[in-house]
Amino acid sequence: MAKIQLNGKKVVIKTNYSIFDLLKKYKISNKKVAIEYNGIIIQKRNYKKKFLKDKDKVEIVHFIGGG
Amino acid sequence: MVKLKKDIFKVAGKSLDSRLIVGTGKYKNFTETAKAVKASGANMVTVAVRRINILDKKKPILTDYLNPKKIIYLPNTAGCYNSEEALRTLRLAREMGGWKLVKLEVLGDKRTLYPNMLETIKSTKILVKEGFKVMVYCTDDPLLARNLEDNGASAIMPLASPIGSGLGLQNKTNISLIIKQSKVPVIVDAGIGTASDATIAMELGCDGVLINSAIANAKKPILMATAFKEAITSGRNSYLAGRMRKSDFASPSSPSKGII
Repeated sequence: MAKIQLNGKKVVIKTNYSIFDLLKKYKISNKKVAIEYNGIIIQKRNYKKKFLKDKDKVEIVHFIGGG
Repeated sequence: MVKLKKDIFKVAGKSLDSRLIVGTGKYKNFTETAKAVKASGANMVTVAVRRINILDKKKPILTDYLNPKKIIYLPNTAGCYNSEEALRTLRLAREMGGWKLVKLEVLGDKRTLYPNMLETIKSTKILVKEGFKVMVYCTDDPLLARNLEDNGASAIMPLASPIGSGLGLQNKTNISLIIKQSKVPVIVDAGIGTASDATIAMELGCDGVLINSAIANAKKPILMATAFKEAITSGRNSYLAGRMRKSDFASPSSPSKGII
C-alpha cells in the first residue's frame, strides 16, 4: 500500500503500482492527458516504468474550455 | 459580384480560413460550445489546461465535442500569475499531444486581469528557445509589443480592454501603432463586447480577433457567433477596400450639373 496525492486528493494504491496502472484504475485514456510526477512531466512511453511510492504527488491534466 | 483575391490568414506557419479565433470557456455546456464554434467559422480555438476530475469519470470532456484533428487547439495559460506557472502549463500541453503552438498569458492582477509584461517577456524568451510557437497576450504598449516580436513571438495579441469586460477597443491609436510596426500577425485579444467592436478592430488593420465572453455571454451565443463571423469578414473587406477620406464639410452625392 502507498498513500499518494492525486490531483490534490489523498489516494491509497497498491504497492508496485505504475502510472499506467493508475490510469487504468480510473479509466483514463493516456491520449488525452498529460502527467506530472513530483513536479516532473512524464512522457507517455514511460508510464509503465514509473512506479508510485508513498507521498508521491501526481497531477493528471487535460484540456477544458477556456478563453 | 466583385471577385476578391484570396485573403489567407497565416499565423505561426498555419493557414486559417477565418480571422476569428474563439475561446471555449463560459458556455452553458459543450453542445453549446460546439455549436457556437461551428457558427463562428473559426479554425482555431483556445483551450485551458486543468486537472481532470478523478471522481466523476462520466463527466463529458471537451475533445468529445471539438475534434482536435479538425480544429486547431491553442492551449492557453489562463490563471497563471508568473513565468514558472505558465511554462509548467504549456509544457504539459505540449506533452498532451505535441502542441507547440500556444497562447501565453501571464496575469498580473486579479481584478483587472492585466498581463504582467515582465513575466510575459521572460516566458516568451524561454518558450521560443524550447521550440514553442508563442502567440502572446499583452498590453497595448507598442514598445513592449516590439520587444515580444524581437524575442520571437509568433503573434502579438494586445488587449482591447480587460478580459471579459466587453468594453471594446479602448485605445485605437496604440493598436494602430502596433499594427503598423509589426511583421507578425496582430490579433486583438480580450475586451471585445459586440460584433461592431470586432469590425472596428479589423478596419484598423488587425490580422485577427480573439473572442470568448462576447459570444459565450450573449443571450443567444450561436447567433452572436454568426454575427462575429460576418463582422470580421466585413471589417477585413472594409480595411482592404480602403475607406474614403473624412472631411469637415459636405460633398453632394448627386451631380450638380443638369439640375432642373
